[in-house]
Amino acid sequence: MKMTVLKSAIAGLALVATGVMAEEGTVGFEINGDIPIVTRVPAAAHLDGALSEAISGWEYRDSSTQAMQMDDFDNPAMLAVEQAAEVWNTAMGTVGKSCADCHGDVNESMIGIRATYPKWNEKAGEVRTLAMQVNNCLTENMGAEAWKYDGADMAAMEALISIPSRGMPVNVAIDGPVASVWEQGKEMYYTRYGQLELSCASCHELNYDNLIRADHLSQGQINAFPVYRLKDTGLVTTHGRFKGCVRDTRAETFAAGSPEFVALELYVASRGNGLSVEAPAVRP
Amino acid sequence: MADNVTPRVRVPRDAKAGEAITIKTLISHQMESGQRKDGDGNLIPRSIINRFTCDFNGQNVIDITMEPAISTNPYFEFQSLVPESGTFTFTWYDDDGSVYTDTKDIAVS
Repeated sequence: MKMTVLKSAIAGLALVATGVMAEEGTVGFEINGDIPIVTRVPAAAHLDGALSEAISGWEYRDSSTQAMQMDDFDNPAMLAVEQAAEVWNTAMGTVGKSCADCHGDVNESMIGIRATYPKWNEKAGEVRTLAMQVNNCLTENMGAEAWKYDGADMAAMEALISIPSRGMPVNVAIDGPVASVWEQGKEMYYTRYGQLELSCASCHELNYDNLIRADHLSQGQINAFPVYRLKDTGLVTTHGRFKGCVRDTRAETFAAGSPEFVALELYVASRGNGLSVEAPAVRP
Repeated sequence: MADNVTPRVRVPRDAKAGEAITIKTLISHQMESGQRKDGDGNLIPRSIINRFTCDFNGQNVIDITMEPAISTNPYFEFQSLVPESGTFTFTWYDDDGSVYTDTKDIAVS
């Protein structure tokens, strides 16, 4: 077992370098007319040809939903972003510090952050998602209570932190210390769950662009998360979406923030390497 | 009581005389319909924005009666003729008696 992990870690190291270098891709639309968003890009080499192209979920939505995302005024997620911007500047917890006291202007200090998460945290010795990092700041540095992992506060803060990275290519590392977690995520992606015996791949690799009942299946890329879902009139986080998907296979889901979903998030994020960060996007 | 109610408006900064411009408005509001029940089975009282108006230099452009079936964060996009420079005034009326207003100036050449 150890051997396999090591071997694929080395393979991953060699392959990811070429995958990330690729500057090609198709600009599908622009946000506010000035942030070009790449919605189609040749699939990263570490997918071994499982996909020919990585395609953003934006491509699968109807034109009115697409249009909502193309202008921040029309994007309802911006209401949550505005509220999170206030929270960013508000002192929380026993230490009496706000996010801004350490990180300054979110639009400068958080440039590119969303594009590289989940990533290895050397000090903690674990793979951290953006939400874990936020909660770590709250509990360790601010003396505040952790937020619910996939709750509204967290989703709004993730959306705010994503804004300065919009248009930048997703570039999640899969080699080095994260390799074993990435392998775990990959195994989950291809494992059939639930009474319906569906794996992620059953829908999002083998059947994207087909209909599952009335839903138009996408590749399940997470470059646009958290997304504003029109049917929920609120933001949905990556793990919230994972829960919904696993539930739909009629299985007991993993918990939001569980090591299983962290591994899956890392793997799914890496499948979209090269796509632009779109978050917070609009989905039906 | 409605929390976090913030109106937002987008009007072009300038326009040509007689041009029809597009105005977009959005107000964050939970638009509680009065039909839903809470966990204990009690009705959650209705709390919506019930009227929205837009005036240009004192002349009414649009006056909308809003009903409980309108979803959260109501958004209106409409067009207006602008014969001269002036000010658009936007007003939202809440069930709880609150009135929210916003104004935007436009320069007409």
